[in-house]
This record gives sequence, C-alpha cells and structure tokens, in this order.
Amino acid sequence: MLSIDGSFLDFKQLDLLALRQTPVHRLDPRAKVLTTLCFIVCVVSFDRYQISAMLPFMIYPAVLMAVGDLPFGYILRKIIIVIPFALLIGLFNPVFDRQVLMQIGSLDVWGGWISCFSILIRAILTASAAIILVAITGFPAICEALEKLKMPQTFAVQLLFLYRYIFVLTDEGVRTARARQLRTFGNRGLGIRHFGSLVGHLLLRTWERAERIHMAMLARGFAGEVHSSRRPSHFGRTEVLFMAGWITLFILLRLFNAPQFLGGLFTGTMP
Amino acid sequence: MHMADALVSPAVGGAFWAAAAGTIAYCSGRVRKDLDDRKVPLMGVLGAFVFAAQMINFTIPATGSSGHLGGGLLLAILLGPSAAYLTIASVLMIQALFFADGGLLALGCNIFNLGVFPAFIAYPLIYKKLVGRDPRQSRMVAASILAAVVALQFGSLGVVLQTVLSGVAALPFDTFLLLMQPIHLGIGVVEGVVTALVVSFIYQARPEILESALQQKPLGDLPIKSLLATFLVATLLIGGVLSWFVSENPDGLEWSIAKVTGTPELPEAEHREHQRLAKLQEETALLPDYAIPTEEGEARSTATERMGTSLSGLLGGAMTLIVCSLVGVLLKRRSAAQRKEA
Repeated sequence: MLSIDGSFLDFKQLDLLALRQTPVHRLDPRAKVLTTLCFIVCVVSFDRYQISAMLPFMIYPAVLMAVGDLPFGYILRKIIIVIPFALLIGLFNPVFDRQVLMQIGSLDVWGGWISCFSILIRAILTASAAIILVAITGFPAICEALEKLKMPQTFAVQLLFLYRYIFVLTDEGVRTARARQLRTFGNRGLGIRHFGSLVGHLLLRTWERAERIHMAMLARGFAGEVHSSRRPSHFGRTEVLFMAGWITLFILLRLFNAPQFLGGLFTGTMP
Repeated sequence: MHMADALVSPAVGGAFWAAAAGTIAYCSGRVRKDLDDRKVPLMGVLGAFVFAAQMINFTIPATGSSGHLGGGLLLAILLGPSAAYLTIASVLMIQALFFADGGLLALGCNIFNLGVFPAFIAYPLIYKKLVGRDPRQSRMVAASILAAVVALQFGSLGVVLQTVLSGVAALPFDTFLLLMQPIHLGIGVVEGVVTALVVSFIYQARPEILESALQQKPLGDLPIKSLLATFLVATLLIGGVLSWFVSENPDGLEWSIAKVTGTPELPEAEHREHQRLAKLQEETALLPDYAIPTEEGEARSTATERMGTSLSGLLGGAMTLIVCSLVGVLLKRRSAAQRKEA
C-alpha cells in the first residue's frame, strides 16, 4: 500500500522540480531534448565491452543536476528502481560469453562480466539523462518542443491531455485500491473475479468524465489546440552555445578514451 | 517487457524510432480526418485510465503472484486501431520520461512492440473477425484471450529480435526465445481474461460504447505495407550510414541472420570477412586492447600486455568519476551561493 502511494508521490515530485528557476530550466526545451538524445545515442553506440570510455559521460548528468539544483538522492533513487530491468538480461552475459578478456592478478575476467558491467553503466547514464530532462524541462515544455520539431499536432494534444488527467485518475486508482485493500483479509477478495467490475466501474467513470470534459471544451471554444506554454521560449545564442558545447564534448569523448589517457599518464603505458 | 536503452544499439533504436514516428504521423492523420473531436478528450483520459488501472493489482489464480492490466488490447477495443495506437504511444512516452521505464532511444522499439501488434494485428485481424457484428459474451471472452495472446507473443518476439540484433546482451536467440515466449503466453492469457472481464462488464452496463466502436468503418487500407516499406528503408539507411560512424559489434546481426536463413556463411568467406573486419578494427580502434580476441589462446598470450592498459583504464576511470563528481559538487555550491546572494 505504501509503495503505491509512494511511487505516485514520486511522480508528482519530478513534475514539481521542473518549476524551479535556474539557468538550465530557462533554456529553450528544444535544445535540452536534442542534447539529451545526442547524449543517449553516443552512450549506446559504444562497443559492448567498453567501460572506461563511457565513464566521462557522467559529467553531463553531474553538471545538469548541480546547475539545475536537483536533489541528488531523489534522482539516484529513481535510477536504482529501473536498473534491475536492464540488468536482468545483462546477467546472462557471463553465462554465455566466457572468453577471457582481462586479468586482474591471477583472476580471469570473462568478456561476459565486462559487457554486463557495461550494460549497468549504460543503464545508469541513459536513465539519468531521461529523468533529468523531465526535471529541468517539464513535460508540457517537452511536448511543445517536440511539436516545434514537427511531431504531429494530434499526438501533441494527446500527450498534453494524458498528462493533465494522469494525476486525477491515478489518484482515483490509488483510492480504489486502498478501499479494496481495507476490505480484504489476506489475499481474499484480491482475486481476478472482482477485478473486472472494479476496473469496469473506474472505466465508466472515466468515460463519463471524458464526456463532461468534451462539453466543457466545446463551451470554451476548443479548436484542436492546447495552449500550455509556461514560459515563452526562443532558440537564441545561449541555446546554440549549450547544444554546440555539449555535443562537441560528447563527440570528443566518444572518439577519445579520456580515462585511458589519464590512467596512462600515471602507469606509463600509453595506448 | 520494455526494451531498455542499455540493451539497444543506435541502429536498431533509430530504425524503430523511424517506424514508430511514421506510424504516429499516419494515425494522427487518420484521427484528424475522422473529425470526431469527442475522441480527443476520450483518448487522453483513457490513457490516464491505463495508469490508474495499473495501480490496482489482482492475484493470479494458482500462482499466488499478482498482476495488473496491460491495457493495449482494451484501448483498441474501446477506441479502434488508430486512436488506440496514439494512446498507447503516449502512455509509453510518459513511462519512458517519468519512470525511465524503457528509455528514450528504446521508445521506438517499445511503441512498436506494444502498440502495433495489439492495435493493427490483434484487434482488427483477430478480435474484430471473431466477434463479428453482433457481440455475444462468450465470443468476446474467447476473442479477447486469443487476441491478447497473439499480441503479446508478437511483442515478446519483437523484444527478442531487437535485443539480439542490437548485440549488447550475449543471450543467444534461441535461449532467449525459449525464455520469453512461454512467459508471455501466460501473461497473454491473464491479460486476455482481464480484458474480457472489463469488456463484458462494460457491455452489460453501457453496450452502446462497444457497439459504436464495432460499427466504425472498417479500416480501409491497413498501413502494414507502407509501414513495412518505411521500416525497411529506415533500417537500411540508419544501419548502413550509422554503422560507418559507430563501432558496432557485427556478430549479433550476422549470427542471427545466419540463424534466420538457416545457411551459415561459408567458412572461407567468414574467415575473409573476419580478417577484413579485424584489419578495419585495428586501423580504426583507438583502443586496440579492448578488441575482441578471436581465439582464447590469443587472448591469454596478450593477457599480460593487456593488463597494463586495463590497469590504466581502471585507474583513469576512477579518476574520471572523481573529477565528474567534484565538478558537480563545486557547481552546486556555486549556484547555491549565488541563490543566497540573490
């Protein structure tokens, strides 16, 4: 029960973070969306046995979290929740890939372990990029950016509608689940038989709500567009600098293995 | 199951992004052409309903575990293919952004696996055909179960193919398939039963909702052909162009193509190909020590030499992490100080 409410509150908090006023929050959303996509493509384009060259990419989430004034513990918690899903598949790598790629002392390290660890780092980097994007931009602004980048308007309207009602309806879902939980004993009553009518009622209420919303929209002159911009934005010099700077850094880090070089300076084995 | 960014390669992710974007554009056009603006709030609210319904778990008989509604097929039954597809895509996008469930690059794969199959295959080709013009409860139950099973089998096949083609995970195609398909058979049956329960409840309470959905004009020309064509072109373009820039591991792709066609490449040709690739890799690799050795013996002989570079990699990696976190901490302090002044 606590976990349902907890994950729901979590969801709201991420939305609230987007309301902060920091230099990165003020950037045009298009710049942030495109930079994030570029970051993810660079990270996942690494060879499957690559680990060290991926680590410098941590600089992007680190800088954005700092400048965007995001709570580190909260972001970390959100990332930790999703990692097991990627790792579930990655854990099979050591089973199937047993060629020795590295030795630490007398310990043989299989390729599978290296690629499994690589998947872990990929998961951390990509998940943090997505969550930070929402936390510094906000969902309506992301939709607006995508629409300016030629996403069909119908889909943009759909996303905004979904986003607007998700809080109302999940609230209702949580209340329904709690009410049922309080009336059950152990697992009795939680079965599939009553689920149909329970969710069916929720669906009917939802349907009626949609009809009411439609009336209200017509009364207010809805013509296929939802206006939602929280802050006016334009793609200016700051945005160009932000994008160009980060993307150049990503490409450089993708092409040159900085940690190997750095480590080489100390151990004396230059690549 | 959702594909994750960590398991996807840029070529696979990009190809499915293109396919999903094309289908979204097509469906947006269709929904707009319908000129039924009642559907606008309905799609949005039903998408939110899927989230709400997923908050309510149920126990699965005879297993003791609990499950929740997936919702793809239910949306298709209530809204019809195009609107349902857009709704599913929007739900997946929220999940990718707010919960990092899946990921942004893998979003195309997920929309394809969980959207195209229920909306364009399971619903029009199975559910609608079986239920026919006059819905009866027993028929609806059977049709829901069959349609859900088919949609989920295709969906999990999609996950397996995308994972193997990406070549990040080492799980072989057949093992992964044997792992995924039976699990999703079970999930499909449960999803079908739950969908049937909800649908028959709605049919008893407000039959006109379902009847209006069934009486909709049959989908004229399925976009499958143009979809496949777009998909193929996108794959070739992205795969062909990107693979020049991106150091991809070709093993997964070659290997699974050999599996699919059933004829492994000639050993001689393979050897030549390997040599060519190895040479290419040597020329382009900035870090030849991370290259994949072809034989184990070779690996051992270079192991000591490798150890030096591995050590510098480890050391450098640790230092990079420290530098990254220091930059973060310093920036944070600075911006906090600035806020205090302001």
